[in-house]
Amino acid sequence: MSRETEGVTASWEVFLRPRRGLSHQHVGSVRAGDADMALEHARDLYTRRGEPLSLWVVRSADVHAASPTERDPFFSNAHHKPYRYPEHFTPLTGGGDHDDDD
Amino acid sequence: MVDTAEAIVQAAGGAADGEAAPDEEAAALAAHFEALLRAGETVEPRDWMPDGYRRMLVRQIAQHAHSEIIGMQPEGGWLTRAPSLHRKSVLLAKVQDEAGHGLYLYAAAETLGVDRADLLDALHRGQQRYAATFNHPALTWADTGAIAWLTDGAAVINQAPLTRTSYGPYARAMRRVCQEEAFHVRQGYDLMKALCEGTPAQREMAQDAVDRWWLPAVALMFGPPDTLAGGADARTAALGARVSAQAIAWGIKRHTNDELRQRFVDHCVPQARGLGLTLPDPGIRWNEERGHYDFGPIDWESYRGALADDSHTARRRVAHRVAAHEDGAWVREAAAAYAAREDAPEAAL
Repeated sequence: MSRETEGVTASWEVFLRPRRGLSHQHVGSVRAGDADMALEHARDLYTRRGEPLSLWVVRSADVHAASPTERDPFFSNAHHKPYRYPEHFTPLTGGGDHDDDD
Repeated sequence: MVDTAEAIVQAAGGAADGEAAPDEEAAALAAHFEALLRAGETVEPRDWMPDGYRRMLVRQIAQHAHSEIIGMQPEGGWLTRAPSLHRKSVLLAKVQDEAGHGLYLYAAAETLGVDRADLLDALHRGQQRYAATFNHPALTWADTGAIAWLTDGAAVINQAPLTRTSYGPYARAMRRVCQEEAFHVRQGYDLMKALCEGTPAQREMAQDAVDRWWLPAVALMFGPPDTLAGGADARTAALGARVSAQAIAWGIKRHTNDELRQRFVDHCVPQARGLGLTLPDPGIRWNEERGHYDFGPIDWESYRGALADDSHTARRRVAHRVAAHEDGAWVREAAAAYAAREDAPEAAL
């Protein structure tokens, strides 16, 4: 049987929002011919338990990722900037940062 | 999409079309990979990895995925003969989980640059293996309980450390699998307990199932012996040790097969006692000095011989899988045709 008659279908990345208060999280992938089928497969595969709130599917080929080989130059905006952290500075007298919620 | 190691080497300025990259570049990539492992970080699909690492992962994940879907068969055969609607619902959910576990794993394997259609093809042609445990027939209803308690129990012991395996997508798939596997073992134990508290005939059926499933679980679910502790001769143990040592060095496995086998025996002895059943191994006794249960040596030679790949049940398992795949071809064709229809919102591929 050739690939064509096998009906090999596109790969879709699956994002699940498992409960209120959480963002959609990547949980895996499914193969499906179109978005509706991908949603149904993703439901069958990734939501057999719990009370999921929402499900997204995104064609795997539509995910554009930063190249790992260019990681250092690409993410260089974070390098050598220790002053972006509170620990870089003198602690407030008496401790705490005014951010305790009590 | 997944970058191959070659593509990354090429992108890093290395040679194209399969020529060796300059030594310096190759060494830098290898050093980065080793550093990830040493730091206990996961390796992700787009990271460079040695070919051997990729091959070992593809083989292990494919074997694992195949075992999940072939493993649906022994219990699946009992779905229409479950003794109550409750047991039937539970077994259906359990078998459905196994299909899901297979799919998680095929998806994880695909991040390594292989295609699930090729993996299934290799399974159907007998070029890739699945756990030989499932080449045993499930003869009675009690077998569904013994399989879930013992072979799924063995799987949990194998898989719990794999949630921390070095390859990210495999580790994440294992976390989902392990969360669901606990239900499998519990419902199997529950089923066995109901039989053990039933009529003498039911208790006898439970013992008979344990008698037949103990050895497949303890011998075959953990892979070949890789230390002398497994009862293997020195040569077999050394052979297994070499494969395990490489898998452990790469962080794919975290324990030897024989360590996990021992852990399994230690868990099962009190569980069997709780059921009032006897594990069919007269060599099982507590060893105060080791702090573990001793168990009888497994006669690997004669066991392997008795389990040749062309056994009746093995042929039936693969034939059933191939038939299911071929019978489902029209569904895949219809789905592809529907996706490719003229007024489709997007192309199929």
